[in-house]
Amino acid sequence: MDTERLAVRKTYKLFIAGAFPRSESGRSYEVRDAKGNFLANASRASRKDVRDAVAAARKAFGGWSGRTPYNRGQIHYRVAEMMEGRRGQFVDELRADGSGKAAAETEVNAAIDRWVWYAGWADKIATVTGSANPVAGPFFNFSTPEPTGVVGIVAPDSALLGLVSVVAPAVVTGNTCVVVAARPLAAITLAEVLATSDLPGGVVNILTGDRAELAPWLASHMDVNAIDLAGAPDELAASCAEAAAENLKRVLHPAAATDWTADPGTARLTAFLETKTVWHPVGI
Amino acid sequence: METLTDAASLGAFLHGLPGVDQVGADERAARLATRSIKTTAKARAIDLAISMVDLTTLEGADTRGKVRALCAKAVHPDPGDPSVPKVAAVCVYSDLVAEAVAQLKGTGVGVASVATAFPSGRAPLEAKLADTRRAVTDGATEIDMVIDRGAFLAGDYQKVYDEIAAVKAACEQAHLKVILETGELMTYDNVRRAGWLAMLAGADFIKTSTGKVAPAATLPVTLIMLEAVRDFRARTGRQVGVKPAGGIRTTKDAIKYLVLVNETAGPDWLHADHFRLGASSLVNDLLMQRRKLATGVYAGPDYFTLD
Repeated sequence: MDTERLAVRKTYKLFIAGAFPRSESGRSYEVRDAKGNFLANASRASRKDVRDAVAAARKAFGGWSGRTPYNRGQIHYRVAEMMEGRRGQFVDELRADGSGKAAAETEVNAAIDRWVWYAGWADKIATVTGSANPVAGPFFNFSTPEPTGVVGIVAPDSALLGLVSVVAPAVVTGNTCVVVAARPLAAITLAEVLATSDLPGGVVNILTGDRAELAPWLASHMDVNAIDLAGAPDELAASCAEAAAENLKRVLHPAAATDWTADPGTARLTAFLETKTVWHPVGI
Repeated sequence: METLTDAASLGAFLHGLPGVDQVGADERAARLATRSIKTTAKARAIDLAISMVDLTTLEGADTRGKVRALCAKAVHPDPGDPSVPKVAAVCVYSDLVAEAVAQLKGTGVGVASVATAFPSGRAPLEAKLADTRRAVTDGATEIDMVIDRGAFLAGDYQKVYDEIAAVKAACEQAHLKVILETGELMTYDNVRRAGWLAMLAGADFIKTSTGKVAPAATLPVTLIMLEAVRDFRARTGRQVGVKPAGGIRTTKDAIKYLVLVNETAGPDWLHADHFRLGASSLVNDLLMQRRKLATGVYAGPDYFTLD
């Protein structure tokens, strides 16, 4: 019996509103490994895909930010469970991208651990950044963190750990995001993980393609509330920050190259939070 | 054109109309919907679409305040940009006509009122006529009536015809738009018949839907109605307008309708006097696209009115 099977190759598509559409433009590009061998075809997103993704993120924001932090945490744990199930696939994709076997396994472990770590913060961040404020009057005055809104993320080159380290802190606090991924393979597999883990459609939208083409549209979009320029080279980051000023987006642009394996701290969680302070009369 | 004086000749005429090729109509509408309208043509299409909108609020929860807000939006759709054209009309329930008329006096924006037991049309003729007369007395310049779909589907065309004619008489100077409610008419053949019936009875406009029944306006149904008004003008010389209403929410949708009008009925219909879009949320999308063309960056809904 002939045991040779027909090759079933995966086309890496975009992730918008919980679905996997091709680019609106119909464009695609070839992803190659470090030696120049063909790996896969990936969608090359256009500005209209950015627009559609932002619309999906905006639509998802009300529901996602309205969930209890506990529920968001549970969904994040579920994402980590799904990542665990795809461990082998992630390792293969990182190796195809040029990592050694041990390095790829270490990165996948670190990425899953990072996701779990951020999942735990879902229902704790408010107790760290919120406060009950002493005021000179008959008021109970307290401050609580609220999600900023739709966050545009230009993901760093670190294919999985870097990607997880920018996406998880943005969405765990109740934001929704549009991510321009650097490396399509691991990013779209992460999208498949997100799509199968109770995360509502549109909370995370992942686009692949040319960062220099897509980032300016994200930065200038009037319905995006914040932008993370972790993966933007300095020149691109400067022009994006300038465009972001038009509607006073929050801009997160790490000054130096980030070591994604280091302890991240809470900086990325608090970068996309707004403080709401309430004055509540007492003693009346 | 021959006179249709009795029920038998009316029925014979309507059933003598050529049948609609359903697959062909769907295909033709889908084909025209792929037409690409960009840059300066798109800018003109957006302004034209804004000027054709019947800005509509038809909810049980409507208040005088909401109507006032809607009227303000009708005159200045984008308060920050005076180059945005006014919409064609504001469309409200008949008891709120007086409020809208007071707000829109001297602006050139029409006041349309739904009447005749909208949206079901299930009321005695006297009640429908009283509803219409009251709206006209209060100053409505356009009346949107619904046909009796029950009678139409039962084949009682004469009853439908007589009701439309009676409401038309009650309208006096006001324009009469006749809502066919195509979502309840079952077949495209019925859409064509209902369109002709309404035009024969004196309609100034034929309108697809109330917006309360799904499916509301669709491209193929509008295509059939546009063919009907084109053929009606060829036979009688009278030019009747078309108004798709319900479910038109995006600029892309609106432009598809404009292409359909141009390619089916012709450029004579590309004016608010003969083509309207019944919508509410559409206007904000048109304004956002308009600002995108002007500024080069995508606009956000935070910068436009909530309605």
